[in-house]
This record gives sequence, structure tokens and C-alpha cells, in this order.
Amino acid sequence: MNFYGLVDGTDASLKHYLRELSGVDQVGADARAAMLATRSIKTTSKRWAIDTAISMVDLTTLEGADTVGKVQALCTKAVRPDPTDSSVPSVGAVCVYNDMVATARKHLDLVGGQHVGVAAVSTAFPSGRASMPVKIRDTQDALDAGASEIDMVIDRGAFLSGNYIDVFNEIVAIKALCGERAHLKVIFETGELVTYDNVRKASFLAMAAGADFIKTSTGKVVPAATAPVVLVMLEAVRDFYSMTQRRIGVKPAGGIRNTKDAIKQLVLVNETAGPEWLTPSLFRIGASALLNDLLMQRMKMDDGYYASPAYVTID
Amino acid sequence: MEIPVSFDYAPAPESRAIVSIKPKYGHFIAGKFVAGSKHFPTINPATEEVLSHIALAGKAEVDAAVKAARKAYTTTWSKMSGKERGKYLFRIARIMQERAREFAVLETLDNGKPIRESRDVDVPLAAAHFFYHAGWADKLEFAGLGTSTKPHGVAGQIIPWNFPLLMLAWKVAPALAAGNTVVLKPAESTSLTALLFAEVCQQAELPAGVVNIVTGDGSTGALIVNHPGIDKIAFTGSTDVGKIIARAVASTPKSVTLELGGKAANIIFEDAALDEAVEGIVNGIFFNQGHVCCAGSRLILQESIADEVLEKLKVRMAKIRVGDPMDKNTDVGAINSKEQLTKIIELTAAGDAEGAQRWSAPCELPTKGFWFAPTIFTGVTQAHRIAREEIFGPVLSVLTFRTPQEAIDKANNTPFGLSAGVWSEKGSRILWATQQLRAGVVWANTFNKFDPTSPFGGYKESGWGREGGRHGLSAYLKGVGHE
Repeated sequence: MNFYGLVDGTDASLKHYLRELSGVDQVGADARAAMLATRSIKTTSKRWAIDTAISMVDLTTLEGADTVGKVQALCTKAVRPDPTDSSVPSVGAVCVYNDMVATARKHLDLVGGQHVGVAAVSTAFPSGRASMPVKIRDTQDALDAGASEIDMVIDRGAFLSGNYIDVFNEIVAIKALCGERAHLKVIFETGELVTYDNVRKASFLAMAAGADFIKTSTGKVVPAATAPVVLVMLEAVRDFYSMTQRRIGVKPAGGIRNTKDAIKQLVLVNETAGPEWLTPSLFRIGASALLNDLLMQRMKMDDGYYASPAYVTID
Repeated sequence: MEIPVSFDYAPAPESRAIVSIKPKYGHFIAGKFVAGSKHFPTINPATEEVLSHIALAGKAEVDAAVKAARKAYTTTWSKMSGKERGKYLFRIARIMQERAREFAVLETLDNGKPIRESRDVDVPLAAAHFFYHAGWADKLEFAGLGTSTKPHGVAGQIIPWNFPLLMLAWKVAPALAAGNTVVLKPAESTSLTALLFAEVCQQAELPAGVVNIVTGDGSTGALIVNHPGIDKIAFTGSTDVGKIIARAVASTPKSVTLELGGKAANIIFEDAALDEAVEGIVNGIFFNQGHVCCAGSRLILQESIADEVLEKLKVRMAKIRVGDPMDKNTDVGAINSKEQLTKIIELTAAGDAEGAQRWSAPCELPTKGFWFAPTIFTGVTQAHRIAREEIFGPVLSVLTFRTPQEAIDKANNTPFGLSAGVWSEKGSRILWATQQLRAGVVWANTFNKFDPTSPFGGYKESGWGREGGRHGLSAYLKGVGHE
């Protein structure tokens, strides 16, 4: 494999590639993200942003208490987020644990949601602490059950100890399994990588290894998708595009709970990676509570008043 | 509602309902607004709309203001304890915060700067200067001039149009904290926030005559500078006028501080964090339409990264939102005046004529008002006029260097020395470079950051003295024995 001609698969070439990256100045990145958070998105552009954000949601349930019934309800909601208004778009995908993939796929198809993807979290999510054969089996299992998107976690321990090649090889192996069948999203757990330099390094590592998407977090660690972290990742995909002519997607997940937060994410995308990324095929938002806030804000804009939460289905 | 097909931000205008602008203003002398005799119009540079008419102070008005300031100094202000003076400054600071939106809207209407900047930078910083100096008022013995200090007396203060309210705060707050009274003249194109500040002085019940504001043009400024009743002159503005003032006061006992022009070098080393450096370049030169004396107007770029940085810079510049300053999403507003626009056009034409390559951000400029698209010139050398003269507009000259020493040599090869920027992820390089740069303020991995605790001022033709911090305060004091 040639990895876009950026690395040759050896430890030495990977280290060289990562060392060539420019650093990230934390103060500057924080300041830029804070400035973009002041953008005032009103009227028609807010309405556009709400529908776009809905179509980008990866509607997620990742709980030990998940049941078939819960996942089926989630799938119904994913296809028609507002049962009273067919103009509301479907979400991008549902995101579930492996054992719920078949249930989700079957139920989505049943309720007319063939266009909605099923994302499975994989490679010993959320910690990533399992042996490689287990991670392979985990992913294979999800693919066999019909997952169209694999959200894998990287081995943060390996990354933080400088074993970049191990992280790289894991991504390469999982990507090979996914092949043409499924999109690969690589989760960094930025709350554990901590520094923006690490986020940038992880982004370039994962993109060279074949990621289709880079994703901030599992949702199990705080902080998760902070604005500066997403900014750094968007800069990375923009720069990677100018190097390779290939657009990699970005998925913030964790902590994006309301419309205001979601619109701030879209502003970051618009002014960093560019408007080309403002599509569900290149930007997703991993969330659960967010969808209902988007729906309530949408109703408010169309009807002129806030409805009671009773008018939005809880799942 | 028609939903657009792309994410074009809908207009998000700040309301101007919060300000009430009178059709005509007078001067603020001895705690009262007094009618002016002659008036001239002040316009909104973004629309050319006449906002109001400003009085032109002549000899009689300046005399009255100086007399009021002297009386307030002798009878009230110099006798008041520092603790009591501090209370007035705290009160002014709090009222400025309470009326922040009013100040921000008025500043944007009168100056043309984006509401985001007047709201997030000018007004909060102006209030911060009053808070900071309020704390100094009863601690002057720690200002570094010995345990017994005295104010100068009456300070004559002349401020520019680029940060009207903020420059007022830089001047008035330390003067009052140190125990001086003031006669202040705002720039002729931007008097409105100073006149609103006069209202704040009334609201704070500041004793009459402690702050006097006379409006007018350069002739009014000359009357202040040459007035025998004034003990100290503080001026911010162009180097040409600064030289006139220096000559005028040379044979008088007046003390002087001058904050003048600049042509700052913003040096990017190859090991810099590039995305943040690009932000720093943009913030350095396009903040406040480049109407910033300390603007990073010369980008000094290491040759090994020049192409990459310029490509990133152009991509970033294409995202700059130029237009209606009252729109909350505007990044670059209007040029402050027709005269300034003419000067920018003239100097950039010289850039073309001398063979530099011009590139401007693709943006649609409004038809009314004064506008200039964010512009960079590449292929600039030390010999170009656009590398030597202050343009005071959104125009960046790009030069390159091969070795660190060459960067420093180019940076220092200017008659100015107000500010400089250094970008590197290598601490030792930053420490070395900042020691070599002959500039009053050197920013490392940032640019155009201001704080009342930090002294600001220039080397060489960029000025005399410092403003802000303990150094700035001491310009308004004299140690006993320094009579």
C-alpha cells in the first residue's frame, strides 16, 4: 500500500511524516475558536443550519441498558425525527454497539430508512484495550451484521507512549476489513490525547492510514468535542486535501447538546475546512439529546413560538 | 421562510436604537455642555450619512477649558486623597460597562469599525483602563518615583480617530489617577464617544472641570499644545504632527509623551505553528482595518515556508467578511475617512509602480462609504515605499528572509519602532529575537494584544514615553525634586 505516497508503512517513515507537521499554538487555537463562536447566525441561515445539522446527526445510543426496543425506537426517530412534519430530514446514521447492528439495520429498512446508515462502534470501544485479534473479530462481527460505518477507537496508550506505528497498523488493518463495504471513522478520544499537537498528529496519522472520517471522542470521556479541538481537526482535513486532493470527513461527538452548539460547529466547518465540508458525507455530529433541541428550534422558527417539550417525541 | 441552499450568513445587524445622537454638539467645559460657535459635520464612514455637527473650538473655548481645568486642579482634585480620586475612577469604569453597548454602537457608527471589535475590544479595554488606574490612585508612592510624588497639573491630551474611546481611556485614566486634570480633544472625525464620555463624567458626579472636552480640528490641537496654562501634553497620532508638537514644546516647561506611527515587523520563522501564525498575520494587519499604529504591516517570512504561508494566508483572507460595520459578523469595516482612503490608494499605487505584486481578497465592497479590500503585496523589498511608510490601512507588505539575523536586520531597518511580532515554537529563538528587536512592544506567538498593565510605546520615530502600566502612570507624575 502506498498511503497517498506520504509514508511507506515503516516506523521510520511514519515518524518522519509526523515530525514534519507544524505545531499548534494552544492560545491561538483557543482564540480563533472563541472568535468564530461569536458569529451570529439568524433567520434564513439559522433555518438552513438546523436542517443541515439534523441531516448530519449520528443519532447515538451506547448504553449498557440498550435493548432491542430502545434501538428500534431510535431507528424510527432517525428516519422521521418529527412524525408530524415530513419536511424534516432524516439523520445521517444511527450509532449503536455491535450486538444491536442487525436490529438497527432491520428496523431502519422496515420503517423506510434504507438511506440511513448504521454505524457500529468497534475495536473494543470505548477504551480500545483489547488484543488485535479481538479488535478484528469485533469489527468483522459488526460488518457481518450489516454495519455501513465503523467507528473505531485508537489505542491511546500506544499513541501516548510514542508507538505511532502500532496505532497506524491497527487503522490500516481495520480499513482493510471495511474495504468498500463500510466507511471508517477513527475516534481519537481527544480528552485523553489532551494537547492540540497530539490531536493534529493523530489526525494526520489516521488520514494517511486510510480513515474516511476522523472523530473526536467516544462520548465517555470529558472534555470531548470542544470547539478548538474540532478547529484543529478541520484544519488538518483542509491541509490533507491540499496534499492529496482527498476530502476526509470530521465527526465531533460528545457535549454538543443544543442548537447553538451545533450551529457553532457548522460555522467552524464553513470558515475552516470550507463549505465543501457542509454535507453529511463529510461532517457528522455524534449526539443524542441534540436532535430534540434542533426540532424544537425548528418548530419555533416555523411557528413563531416555543412548543412544550410534549410536542417532541422523547425517542 | 425561504431556506437558502448554502450557508450564507443572513444579515445580523446590531440595533442602533440604543444611541440617541443630537443634531449638534458643543464642548464639555467645567462640568457643563456649552454651545459651540462654529460647527462641522461628522459622518458615518460606512454610509457617508451625516451623524451630527461637531463644534470647532477656538481660542476662547480652549482658554475656558484650560481655566476650568486649572481651577478644578487647584481647588479640588489636587487636594483630594488618592482613595477618593480612585472612587470616581471606579465609578466611571462601572458606568462605562453599564453603558457598554451604547458606547460600542456609537463608536461603530462614527468610526466605521466592526461592531464585533468595538463591542469585544474597544469598550471592554477602555473600562479596564479605568479600573486599573482606579487601583493606582492611592498607591502612587509605589509608581517608582519615590515616596513623594506630584501630578503635573493640567494635562492637554490629543487623541486619534482609530480607537477614539480607548485612546481617551489611555489618556484620561492615568492622568486622573495621578491627580491631574485634563483638557482633551478627540479627533475631528470621531468625537461622538468622547462626548458620550462627558455624559458619563456628569453621571459619575466627577467634580466640575476635572475633565474638559473640546472638539475641533488640528487648529484646536495647536491651541492646546501652545497654551501656556497647560503643564503636560500627551499626543497620539501621526509622526509628522508629533514632530510639530515636539518643536512647539521644546522651549517650554511642558512635559510631553508622544505615541506616533509604526511599521511593525511580524516575523514568522519556519518552526512556527502555521495556522495560528496565519491568524496572527490577519489579526496583525486587518484588525481595525489596519488603522492601528502598532499594526503588523510588514510580514517578514522565512523563505523556506513563504509559499505555504502565503497560500494559507490567501485562503484565510478569502474568508474575511468585509462590509456593514453594524453587522455582528463583519470582520473588516469601513476606512475612517475619504482622506485616509486617498492616502491608502496613493501608497498602494506606489507599490504597483515599484513592481510589487498586489493581491486583494475577493470581496464585494459597498458602493457608498469608504472601503478598501484586504490586500497583500508580495515581492516587496526594504527599498519599496510600502515597506518604509506607514499606510495605516488593510495593506500588508510581504518580505522574506533566509537567516534569523537577516530577519532581525530587516525588522529593525526602519525609522519606526513601535511593535513587532515573533512566531516560533522554539523558546530560545523567541527569547533571542525579542532581545534584538528595537520596538517598544514585542509579541511572541500573538499580535495586537493589549492590557492596561502593559506599557505601550515606541522607539525612534514611534514616540516618547510609555502608556499603560507603571511606566505609563509615571508620565503623569513627577517626583518631588524634579520640578
